[in-house]
Amino acid sequence: MIVFLVKRLANAALVMLAVALMAFLIFRFVGDPVQLMVNEQTTQAEKDALREGLGLNDPVAVQFLRFVGNAVQGDFGVSYRNQQEVMSLIAERLPATIELVLLATIISLVVGVPLGVITAIHRGTWYSEGLQFLSIIGVSLPSFVIGILLILVFSVMLNVSPAFGRGEVVSIGWWTTGLLTPSGRAALILPSVALSLYQITLVMRLVRAEMMEVLRSDFIKFARARGVPRWRVYYVHALRNCLMPVVTMTAMNIGSLIAFALITETVFQWPGMGMLFIQAVTFVDIPVMAAYLCIVSFIFVALNTLVDITYALIDPRLRTARG
Amino acid sequence: MTIKASLLTCAAIACLAGGASAETLRWGAARDINSLDPYSYGSTFTISFLNHVYEGLVRYNDKLEIEPALATEWEVLEGNVWRFKLREGVKFHDGAEFTADDVVASLTRVSHPDSPLRGNLPAYVSSVKVDDYTVDITVNGTYPLLLNDLTNIHMFDAGWLTEHKAEVPTDVAKKVEGYPTFNANGTGPFIVESRVPDSKTVLVVNEGWWDTPKHNLTRIEFTPIASDATRVAALLSGEIDFTEKAPIQDLPRLAETPTVKVLEGSELRTIMFGFTFADTLSNGQPNLFKDKKMREAVAAAIDLELIQKKVMRGKSRLAGTVVAPAIPGYDAALDTPTAYDPDKAAALIKEMGAEGYEFEIVCANDVWLNEEEICNAMVSMLTRAGLKPILSIGPNAVQQIKQTNGEADMFSFGWANEPMLDSYSILLQVFHSKTDNAGVFNWGGWVYPDLDKLVDAAATELDREKRLEMQAEALKIVKDELIMLPFHQQPMAWATSDKVEAVVQLSDNKGRHWMTRMAE
Repeated sequence: MIVFLVKRLANAALVMLAVALMAFLIFRFVGDPVQLMVNEQTTQAEKDALREGLGLNDPVAVQFLRFVGNAVQGDFGVSYRNQQEVMSLIAERLPATIELVLLATIISLVVGVPLGVITAIHRGTWYSEGLQFLSIIGVSLPSFVIGILLILVFSVMLNVSPAFGRGEVVSIGWWTTGLLTPSGRAALILPSVALSLYQITLVMRLVRAEMMEVLRSDFIKFARARGVPRWRVYYVHALRNCLMPVVTMTAMNIGSLIAFALITETVFQWPGMGMLFIQAVTFVDIPVMAAYLCIVSFIFVALNTLVDITYALIDPRLRTARG
Repeated sequence: MTIKASLLTCAAIACLAGGASAETLRWGAARDINSLDPYSYGSTFTISFLNHVYEGLVRYNDKLEIEPALATEWEVLEGNVWRFKLREGVKFHDGAEFTADDVVASLTRVSHPDSPLRGNLPAYVSSVKVDDYTVDITVNGTYPLLLNDLTNIHMFDAGWLTEHKAEVPTDVAKKVEGYPTFNANGTGPFIVESRVPDSKTVLVVNEGWWDTPKHNLTRIEFTPIASDATRVAALLSGEIDFTEKAPIQDLPRLAETPTVKVLEGSELRTIMFGFTFADTLSNGQPNLFKDKKMREAVAAAIDLELIQKKVMRGKSRLAGTVVAPAIPGYDAALDTPTAYDPDKAAALIKEMGAEGYEFEIVCANDVWLNEEEICNAMVSMLTRAGLKPILSIGPNAVQQIKQTNGEADMFSFGWANEPMLDSYSILLQVFHSKTDNAGVFNWGGWVYPDLDKLVDAAATELDREKRLEMQAEALKIVKDELIMLPFHQQPMAWATSDKVEAVVQLSDNKGRHWMTRMAE
């Protein structure tokens, strides 16, 4: 078990290093931050001095090693655009993104699971087919279109929901939350619905497929034969048996939701990490871009490693066979 | 305990907002300010926003003329020493008195070698306190544009800077944060109440402002909304009262909405195209653009009116010269756009033997309004004329490297003459030949000794009329030689809700809400 753990962790560390290196290679092509930091009256000598001071004249290998060395100690430098420590910038934005992603995940489960069950047990009916069709739209509509559509309907036409921002937030230590104020809660609804739509359809289709599998098994037939009420068979016995893959997928998908949130955040001016990243890209704010990529890939790698380890705990065969 | 305290603060803020909402201006901007520190770096937008909080020794009035602000009068003692009399009785937001020490500390801070804003005060050498309300500023030689530069140099309180160890500007390279990045203490009409980067910055009125306010605001809530569609939606749903960037394509829709007012005008920024003057093009061919005839051919082949009508939807102002009318040095006689003349273009191209001449046009897709469309239109016009232009398009951060390195055969260019608001800016930085501190944006590498001579002479001419005459003459050389081809001045469009009674919109496209009035 210990060998497995060490292998898994080493693997994760290697992936992180590779991500950092790739990020660094990409940065060579995003442009020159100095051009964006100076104004029309700056002389060439001043630009050169600035470039030298930022260490942009060093070879890429030196810049990369310096970055990794600092990053390991949690130091990602100071943002070129905000002139603020990158770590505190990200810490400020993290709660907004996490809150959005968690709410979207909850919505996707609360809505997606019952819909999956309904389409599985009533397959062939018009409403089940209709839901199936709608779910295709949910998967194929890009999230910025959904976001703008929601804004148009609920903010501009009906005027019931704010079109942008996070509303009034309350800080608890370093964490900020919009859940405790009415305006904060109102502001959360549209973006989390926009973000969850894709996830809802995913959950729904997964539950449906699993349900159809389970419903064919012997214990369901036995339960039905014994006269257990139908809702109990479906929602207790059958559903419980198809939740395992749903939970796994949901956990794994939190990573991609954080990445997806980037678009939703831009549309709703949601002050989260994705917003920060988009702005950093247009400004060639290398420290922020590097830190964001590292942190997001860290979340991915951590979730994957965690899932792997849990599976290994549950299933001893994996420890030797695949580890 | 912390939770409780925060909740209480929150409630208090909500109360305040409720009570004074009638005179609250909710400003939905296209971008956030970079920092609360006006010396953080030369972003025109950030400085113009911070002008609500900080002030300079002089400022622009509602006709873009320089008028006294924190200084009441000034005189030139010798050629290179200026004496400023300061306004008495001005107080910073924290109650400290504004004196000569503050001016010296501010000028020292902004001219520090690490200061990104140093370029905004190029001629500055030193400053000396004469008495509490008199300061002498020494510049490097006779320099006529000191006042223009000083409009953008905001005054800090010396004591406040010392107390927070912020006497030197923030240096990103040294990885230190600065106290003024998150806090502000100016003399201006508004006080910073709170700021959360990228989400909200709140200003409240400064009751103790030295000037008689023309505005009736009690509060400004500044929120960046980067997405155009969301910003328009927020305006339509009444969540914001003002935006300094209404998307051009949405103007008809906004104008139709009864609760929204649209204010249109043309900006100071002139969009133009330039050529490389190197011996060879980026593809190794000999450079024909060094010949004026070739530049004339390109100019004649471009239908500026069609671009104005189709690409800019009739909203831009056609330009014949490289500076806008509001810029001193502008000469109306030069401002006739080059006529579209395909026959002349064809004849010239034939004469040059340039049929099928291949070259690259370098444009960005994220800087100027509809730049990609402009460049595409131009490519097809030049192709029709018999040339073979190839378009290179990409984000500014990438394209600008090609342009500054002189690797662009033909390139797009825009210049607003900010922050100086004088044609000296474009003449020195763009059209002067490349020297130590001139011609930084001379991307083509052109050299016109006559023009250099005029610009150098203007640099030391204190008589404004004479100086502007020289600059107009230099601009005539630019026009006659077709160093760059001016296209148009960009349109600007603001929009307000019907709660806003009056805003002052000048061609420098800066919000000046100390002159804004809300309906009561």
